[in-house]
Amino acid sequence: MKQFINSELLSKGKRRRPLRIIPIVEIVLLVLLLVTPLFVSDFLTIIATRMLILCIFAISFDLCWGFAGILTFGQALFFGMAGYAVALFANKLGFVQLWGIIPIGIIVGFIVSFLIAWFLLLGKRAPEIIFIALGTLTAAYAAERLVAGWYWVGGGNGMSIYDFLKVGQYEIEPGVLFYYISATLLLMVYLVSRYLVRSQFGLVLAGIRQNENRLSYLGYKVQTYKAIVFCFAGAIAGLAGALYSHHEGFIGPGSMGIVLSTYVVLYGLFGGAGTLLGPIIGVIAIESIKFNLSDIDAIKGYWPVLLGVILLVVVVYKPSGLLGFVVSQRERIGSFGSTKEDISKEAEMNKNEKGAS
Amino acid sequence: MKILEINNVSKNFGVLCALDNVSVSVNANTFHGLIVPNGSGKSTLLSIIAGAHYADNGSVVFDKNNITKTLPEIRAREGLSLKFQITAILPELSTYDNLLLSIQSSQPIWKLISSKSKGLLHDKIMDSLETFKLADRADTLAGELSHGLQQWLEIAMAVIREPKLLLLDEPTGGMSPEERRATGELLMPIKKKCTLIIVEHDLDFIKDICDNLTVLDQGKIVDTGTVEQIKLSKKVQEVYTTRV
Repeated sequence: MKQFINSELLSKGKRRRPLRIIPIVEIVLLVLLLVTPLFVSDFLTIIATRMLILCIFAISFDLCWGFAGILTFGQALFFGMAGYAVALFANKLGFVQLWGIIPIGIIVGFIVSFLIAWFLLLGKRAPEIIFIALGTLTAAYAAERLVAGWYWVGGGNGMSIYDFLKVGQYEIEPGVLFYYISATLLLMVYLVSRYLVRSQFGLVLAGIRQNENRLSYLGYKVQTYKAIVFCFAGAIAGLAGALYSHHEGFIGPGSMGIVLSTYVVLYGLFGGAGTLLGPIIGVIAIESIKFNLSDIDAIKGYWPVLLGVILLVVVVYKPSGLLGFVVSQRERIGSFGSTKEDISKEAEMNKNEKGAS
Repeated sequence: MKILEINNVSKNFGVLCALDNVSVSVNANTFHGLIVPNGSGKSTLLSIIAGAHYADNGSVVFDKNNITKTLPEIRAREGLSLKFQITAILPELSTYDNLLLSIQSSQPIWKLISSKSKGLLHDKIMDSLETFKLADRADTLAGELSHGLQQWLEIAMAVIREPKLLLLDEPTGGMSPEERRATGELLMPIKKKCTLIIVEHDLDFIKDICDNLTVLDQGKIVDTGTVEQIKLSKKVQEVYTTRV
C-alpha cells in the first residue's frame, strides 16, 4: 500500500508542469504597455514611444540572430532606408497619411532586405556566418556614407519632416496617441513573430540554429528559410524606421549605419536573444540606463565604455541575457505547431465527422 | 532493379587518394553492407552518396537519376535518408520535435507556417516513438537521452521519412550487445519498404541482417557478393588477416 502511494505520488510529481515564466513576463509587460502614459509626463511618454519603436526594431534583429542564426550587423540599413523613404514622401510629395506610411515602411524594408538576401544568402553555396556579418555591415556602412554625401536627401545633416503624421486631416503629434499607435504596432509585430517562431516553420528555424548542415540532409532548403526570415525581419525594421522618422521628425545618416546596427545587436544580446521578449527587455534596460545617465555629466561621456563593459559581462557570464536569469533553457526552447490537446481535439472532430457521414 | 549505381567513382584530397575507381550496385529492397576498415574511404564514399562531397570522376545514379552533382537537400527530397556516424540529432529539441522536423521536410513552406500538417503527422510520429521505444521520452530533450537512445532516435528520424534508400553509418557504434540485437530487430521490418546501405565494423551484426556485402580497402573494392560469397572470399580473408 505504501509502495502504491509512493509510486502514485511520484507519477503525479512527474506530471506537474514547471511554472512558465514567459507568459507572466508577457502579462506584466502588456500591463505596463497599456498604463504607462497614464502615469508619466508627456515628455516621458515621448521617450517611451521611442523605446516602443526601438523594441519593434530589436525584434527584427532577434528574428534574424536569435531564431534563424543570421548574424546581421546591418539591420539599421532597412530601418534607415524606410525612414528616408517616408521622409521623402513627406517632404517631396507632402504625403504623411498613417495608412500609407506604414505599408511604405514595410515594403521598403522588405525590398532592401530581399536584395541583400539575394546577394548574401541565396547563392549556390551556403555562406559562412562571417560573410553575412561583414556583408550586412558593409552594406549599412556604404548606405550611411552614400546618404551622408547626397545633398538631395539632406547630406550629413539628414532630413527634417515638418508635417505631423495624419489620419485624414487629424494630426498625430508625438504624445499619447502616437504612443498607443506604436504600442498597437509593437503588439501586432510581437504576436505575428511569436506565431511564426512557434509554428512548424519555427521548428525548422530552431533546427537551423542548432545544426544547419543536418537540416540539408533532411531535405530542407536552409538558405530559403533564412531568406524568408531575413526579409520578414527587414520588413519589420522598415516599419520601425518609418515610425521613428515621423516620431522624431528627423532622419539622418546615423539611423542607417553602423552605430544603430550595433545598438540593435546590444539590445538583443543584453535582453536575451531567441525569446522575442529578450530584445524588448534589452531596449527598456539599455535606453533607461542611457536616459538616466544623460543627466549626470560626470558619467555621460563614459556611457559607451560603460555599455561595452555591461555587455561584455552579460555575454561572457550570461549568454542567455537578462531574461536567462528567470527563464529556463527548456522554456526558452518551448514547443512548435499545434499543441497535443489541439491535435487530440482535431482527431476527435475528424472521427465524429466520419461517423456522421 | 538497381536503386543505386556508383560507377567508377574516384576522389582525391590533394595527394591522398580516398577512393580509386570504385563501383558498387545496390538492388532495391535489399540490405547491402559495406565493410570498410577505418581510414579506407568509408566516410568519403558515404559523403559522395549523400552529397557532402562530389566525385572527381565517375557517376552516382540513384533511382535512375544521375545525382553526381546534386545538392544534399535535393537528394534527400528524392528519397535518400542518412544516419551519421557521429550522432546528429538536434539536442535542444524534444524527441518528438526531432521526429516532426524529420517527417515534415516534404511539406510546403506555407503549410509549415500555418502549422496545418502536425495533426496529420502526429499518429505517424507516435507510432515511430513506440517502435523505437521512445514513447515515454517524447517530451525529453534529445540531448538528455542516453547514447543508445540517441542512436535509435536518429535511425527513427531517417526511417520515418519513408526513404527509398537509407544509409546507416555505424548504427550500433557505442551500443551494448543487447542494444545491438534490439537494433537489428528494429531494422528488419523496414526491409519491405526501403533499401538499406549499412556500414559497420561489427561483422556478426552486419552478416546477420544483410543480403549482400561489399568490402573496401585503401579506397578500392576488394570484393562484393552475397554474405556467403564474402565469407569464402580469399581476397577478403587476405585483407582481414593481414590488416586486422
